[in-house]
Amino acid sequence: MANFLVWCVWVVAAFACLASALGVISFRNPFFSALALIANLASLAVLYLLLGGEFVAAAQILVYGGAVMVMFLFVIAYLGEKTGEAPWAGGPSWQLVATVLAAAAILVEVIVAVGLSTGGELSHSAHITRSFGSPESIGRLFLTNQLIAFEVTSIVLLIAAVGGVVLGSHARAIEMAPEPEHLVEEASFAGVGAEADARA
Amino acid sequence: MHGPDVSWYVALAGILFATGAIGVLVRRSPLIILLSVEIMLNGANLALMAFARHLGNEQGQVFAIAVMAVAASEVVVGLGLIVAMGRRNLQLDVDEFRTLRG
Repeated sequence: MANFLVWCVWVVAAFACLASALGVISFRNPFFSALALIANLASLAVLYLLLGGEFVAAAQILVYGGAVMVMFLFVIAYLGEKTGEAPWAGGPSWQLVATVLAAAAILVEVIVAVGLSTGGELSHSAHITRSFGSPESIGRLFLTNQLIAFEVTSIVLLIAAVGGVVLGSHARAIEMAPEPEHLVEEASFAGVGAEADARA
Repeated sequence: MHGPDVSWYVALAGILFATGAIGVLVRRSPLIILLSVEIMLNGANLALMAFARHLGNEQGQVFAIAVMAVAASEVVVGLGLIVAMGRRNLQLDVDEFRTLRG
């Protein structure tokens, strides 16, 4: 009975996951795409719970579904109307056919590689304790075996924050010193901040 | 409590990754391309979690959390670039950015 219930949850979560992923890549309005990605992340969190990753599922909801997606929605609300495109309009072009073929090739490659290296024996056979994937054991790993990864991750986040601030302040310098229209069109991306600084 | 084998999860992860790859290659709005890259990263994360369960080893879950942190950094820098483009009143279409084309 419990087995049947787990199957039901898995099937529902997997279909929600695939449907929302297709929604992300096919909605015309980027706002709907972002909402579909939130549904995708939530159904993936359910799958992580089925795999025994409680802490990762919670982090997925908090970090991805909360922080990252709020930032996405903010930017889409700011600039979303500048991105009108109809992704599947005008019938299949050769680029579209080539893209789908390339993606199918990636999928077949992944399945063949995994199948060959594991011999088709992927099961829940490994014995796990009750604390598998709990915050306590993940935290212990982070502070013992994976300490370098932990520290490097913090540095990566710091550098990303600095990069975000630098990009934002360059954009503000451009806004303060508006240029003639033809210069704005043709100026290279990196040079504009320096020009604006020199003018100020 | 068993449910589906780990191979089902890995197959789902592969399909997710391929879906994200289609999105990256087909769409032209940089915002949607970033969202599709998130789908690809999540496909990889699902595979990491599935193999962590298969091997009974939590290091895969630690790796998945590191991937999440990298994804957050990537979103910060990518959205910073997109906002900078939007403030210069450029059309948000990756086919239109050809300053660096030879």
